[in-house]
Amino acid sequence: MVERCGARGVAIKRPSGLNDVSGLIIPGGESTTIGKLIDEYGFTPELKRFGAAGMPVFGTCAGLIILSARVKGRHGTVLGLADVTVERNAFGRQVDSFERDLAVEGIADEGRPFRAVFIRAPVMEETGPPVEVMASLEEGAVMARQGTLLLGAFHPELTDDERIHRYFVEMVAEARRPG
Amino acid sequence: MLKGGVIMDVTCVEHARIAEEAGAVAVMALERVPADIRASGGVARMADPEIISAIMEAVTIPVMAKCRIGHFVEAQALEALGVDYVDESEVLTPADEANHVNKREFTVPFVCGAINLGEALRRIGEGAAMIRTKGEAGTGNVVEAVRHMRTINGEIAGLTTLPAEELMSAAKELRAPYDLVVEVARAGKLPVVNFSAGGIATPADAALMMQLGADGVFVGSGIFKSEDPALRARAIVQATTHYEDAALVAEVSRGLGEAMRGLEMGEIGKENLIQFRGW
Repeated sequence: MVERCGARGVAIKRPSGLNDVSGLIIPGGESTTIGKLIDEYGFTPELKRFGAAGMPVFGTCAGLIILSARVKGRHGTVLGLADVTVERNAFGRQVDSFERDLAVEGIADEGRPFRAVFIRAPVMEETGPPVEVMASLEEGAVMARQGTLLLGAFHPELTDDERIHRYFVEMVAEARRPG
Repeated sequence: MLKGGVIMDVTCVEHARIAEEAGAVAVMALERVPADIRASGGVARMADPEIISAIMEAVTIPVMAKCRIGHFVEAQALEALGVDYVDESEVLTPADEANHVNKREFTVPFVCGAINLGEALRRIGEGAAMIRTKGEAGTGNVVEAVRHMRTINGEIAGLTTLPAEELMSAAKELRAPYDLVVEVARAGKLPVVNFSAGGIATPADAALMMQLGADGVFVGSGIFKSEDPALRARAIVQATTHYEDAALVAEVSRGLGEAMRGLEMGEIGKENLIQFRGW
């Protein structure tokens, strides 16, 4: 998907890989599992440094949980970069997964909404002052931006709609521009 | 979103916690692991909902549970319990020797076993959201898992080279829905993820299946029938994530204690192979 948006995508499995990229997507998956593996491989301090240095990071679904500062209930490692309180599996279990047409501030309006796929998705129950909410459902915010961090509760990679990825690729391009 | 991960068979809350702690992306809640089903014989059925519910309570990762092939009422019961995936599994005793569950009638996603491309596409045609190669469950012997993964990937590669007019004949040979055959020929891959199962017992086995093209692995008896389940579970997760890193696979394979003893295919006898359950 990022390739179709004009960027080059590489998989990062080791902290050293972070030196070779100008932006990072932390994808969906099981946040418990991801949290354990980033600890195991010494990713945690490196990721914190990467985000704090103003390198753009996009967290989707489990990736949003990993970026967050606070998680309700029991959870392992989170990076604490995004000033949000996240509730995991806010909509229920696998069988409660759903799709919804969303208006996303600056990306998709009512006339041409974004078809968002929510799978065991989290929500941002509370967002701090630096966070701009871009889309919400009744349960809470599902898309937001905090400076160079982009936060999504759903899976934008599961549809053919490239708008959210393009938006992030543009964030990366902007961060690379001098001055 | 289980891709690249390990799904572990568990029979109690304690095992489920060990699996979650080790980094499993999901657990399969069972009454007995396949090695015990194989050893004790008799009819193997859906697990007691008591066990499944207790495991769902205990962990935050997704919980899968098995129903018998064609037993759509067991599947309905599992959906009602709220499990995250149903595995219509040959490891249990089949309830129907001609038909599988019509998975399209369900909201809960299904995973189904396959030993070749035709079987995989028939299951997808019925509505399976995920395929796993069957291997030979409960043996701790990876040979059948390898055979099935190579078979499916070889058949997919074969389809991609065919001219369009030969695809109907290919569908007939594969005994697979024509539209899915066309889709696979065009994409060069299955329309759903394909995990590997049935015989994975070591970190190297898991990495082998990943290098052969699996999207992830199921480990059944291999973990809780070994000497040190927690250590082995963790090592298998690491090897699955970093399957292309030989030094890491070597490192995590150190001092794991004894693996499950395992069975040679010749010891089992063809009539006792469970991979041929499924139609």
